[in-house]
Amino acid sequence: MEINHTEFKRCDVVKVSGRVDSATAPRLAEKLNEIMDAGRFRIVLDLQDLDFISSAGLRVLIGAQKTCKRYNRGEVVLANVQPNILSALDLAGFTPFFKIFDDTVSAVGNF
Amino acid sequence: MPTFIFPGKYESLAKIAELVQIATREFGLDSCAAYGVETAVDEACSNIIEHAYGGEDRGEIEFSYEITADSLIITLRDHGKKFKPKKIEKPKTNVPLKNRSDHGLGLYFIHQWMDEVQYDHREGYNILTLIKHKGTMSK
Repeated sequence: MEINHTEFKRCDVVKVSGRVDSATAPRLAEKLNEIMDAGRFRIVLDLQDLDFISSAGLRVLIGAQKTCKRYNRGEVVLANVQPNILSALDLAGFTPFFKIFDDTVSAVGNF
Repeated sequence: MPTFIFPGKYESLAKIAELVQIATREFGLDSCAAYGVETAVDEACSNIIEHAYGGEDRGEIEFSYEITADSLIITLRDHGKKFKPKKIEKPKTNVPLKNRSDHGLGLYFIHQWMDEVQYDHREGYNILTLIKHKGTMSK
């Protein structure tokens, strides 16, 4: 798994690539916590090159969403979600909890 | 039937996934079905490490697979704590985000992505058999 983080004025874009499983999910959680601990709660997750996400990774996503949405201070949105990843999100029943955008530009524009 | 032995730690998951990809390609599954099998095996192995062994580096995971005319049969063995299957519950989707539980997803995924899931305990080993048939869609 690779994580690339870009801080913009209005939001943060986090590009996650490769595999998010029980081995790597803690590193993703750590990065998202670091952003949220800095008081930044508007996060775009760019999943263009995400090959695989297990329930451990999905738990990180839903945990971050709960934190960001608290007090209406922001939210996590998803961009470039590939079909297999979307199936996993859907099966978990998590799709209603995330806005999903076709590309990163539209996702950033949401904020 | 090729058998591979991995240390029971999370780092092994990516290596096991590579074998699953070889098996699903050999069997001829489409991308979505193959992704489902990869997920089921990943969740099962994560459960073995977390629940059967109670942590990393406490035992091994044996992975083997067999391809028949219409089935891909994956077997996982461990000598951890005996697995007691719980009731599989569909995630509750009609609850607000703050009340949404994220537990039990792994087991639910295993049962959703595979056509047959069998648990057995023999000679001190948990034996989990995951079967995918040809031409079936994910549930």
